[in-house]
Amino acid sequence: MIARFSSGLLVALVLLGFWQALVTVAGLPPFILPGPLRVATALADNAALIAWHASVTFTEVLAGLALGSVLGAATALHMAVSPLARRFLRPVLVLTQALPVFALAPILTLWLGYGIGSKILMAVLIIYFPVASAFFDGLRGTPRGWLDLAHSMQGTRRQVLWRIRVPAALPSLASGLRLAAVYAPIGAIIGEWVGASQGLGYLMLLANGRAKIDLMFAALAVLALLTLLLHRAVGAGCDRLTARLS
Amino acid sequence: MTKGAEGADSYGVPKRLLQNPDTGFGAPSGHAPGLRMTGSVRFGDALLLENVTLDLVPGGWTCLLGPSGTGKSTLLRLIAGLDTGSRFDGSINSSDGNALEGRVAYMAQDDLLLPWLDLRGNVALGARLRGQRPDTGRIDALIGSLGLAAHAEKRPSRLSGGQRQRAALARTLMENKDFVLLDEPFSALDARTRADMQDLAARHLAGRTVLLVTHDPMEAARLGHRLCLITSGRLQDLPTPGGPPPPRPVDDPETLAYGARLLARLRSAS
Repeated sequence: MIARFSSGLLVALVLLGFWQALVTVAGLPPFILPGPLRVATALADNAALIAWHASVTFTEVLAGLALGSVLGAATALHMAVSPLARRFLRPVLVLTQALPVFALAPILTLWLGYGIGSKILMAVLIIYFPVASAFFDGLRGTPRGWLDLAHSMQGTRRQVLWRIRVPAALPSLASGLRLAAVYAPIGAIIGEWVGASQGLGYLMLLANGRAKIDLMFAALAVLALLTLLLHRAVGAGCDRLTARLS
Repeated sequence: MTKGAEGADSYGVPKRLLQNPDTGFGAPSGHAPGLRMTGSVRFGDALLLENVTLDLVPGGWTCLLGPSGTGKSTLLRLIAGLDTGSRFDGSINSSDGNALEGRVAYMAQDDLLLPWLDLRGNVALGARLRGQRPDTGRIDALIGSLGLAAHAEKRPSRLSGGQRQRAALARTLMENKDFVLLDEPFSALDARTRADMQDLAARHLAGRTVLLVTHDPMEAARLGHRLCLITSGRLQDLPTPGGPPPPRPVDDPETLAYGARLLARLRSAS
């Protein structure tokens, strides 16, 4: 764990060094590509501003992740138990994936306004499919032997679902949630680009428009950090869950 | 098999079973009824078994042998009411005339223990799946009688192969059913553990009507009150092994000789 962490740190340091060298050697102007030192300075100078915008984006991401996961898991459960739900929900599921979320963003902003509602919905839309389909695959893939055993024991459908099929499918749900942790910020940022008055996506557009490229990079770095942390946290939670089940 | 169920007694359910059938854990008093399955099994258009009759010894062990793919497990799964992908035209009847539903317990080669439940939870699974409150006293008594008391709180991953199969046996006994269907339950175990499991299963399942599907001629020779062989779509009775009543000792000469003859026959059968 520590070895993995330190090797990650090493890679990051090498990349930062390469970045700084590129800027220095090629003599790139800061409004094209600012060096990491300049970005770090911008980050320090605008810490309060970036932190406030980051908190907005993080709220949107967390809310989207929670809501999308619950909706996705509930969809998978319904599809697993009811052929009718399977017939109606499968097209909905595929549709959320077939429509590019980028194309929906302006409409959602039009309907839900510039607030965080439209961004949360974007995050929900983008993670709904991976969560629902991963969990559904798991629910459908219950090992046959366990179902045979449950059948021979005359288990009720409800008990078999909650005591065998759901626990057996939790590792699949976990892999869906891990994906969702990385996808959710994408949805929120797209939403902010299309129309917002706050959030890291908004800040990046604003900085870009005013040629404050160093501030844009600083916001981008914070966004990447937030996503990494979220992925780590969700991953650790999923690991604990699956460890308890095996 | 062409003999009727009434001929079953000529196979001689050992007196020992009838006199002392109770193992203390709710085995059926007296012994369980027999079971007759008769009919044909088709896979699509292909006829797998034509007009076969399988009679299970009341309160004893019937062993079903035969090369792979001949339909041994299919017959067992049909009796268990499990999905086989085949079509069965015929009837399956208990000799006491009552319906079979809810009177069958099933145990497979895979122990099918749930990895997220401890041993006690796995033994209680049947009751939980039916939405009933498990009888914890009986669970602990069963676990103890199978020598697993020290492992009651352990997850399956911390048990040995033999312990896992004993846990599966405890779960099967917990169901307390007249008919017990065993689909090669000991075939994945090492030789010593397998012999131990055979003894344990024979003792604890005494008085119940057991169908054992197996590849192992020596296992059938040790355990069978009746032995049946499936070859090329037909089911035939084999002579009943002589020697002591099941479980016959692993070193009983007559049983060993019977097992060897059976192996030779199986090799020529395919």
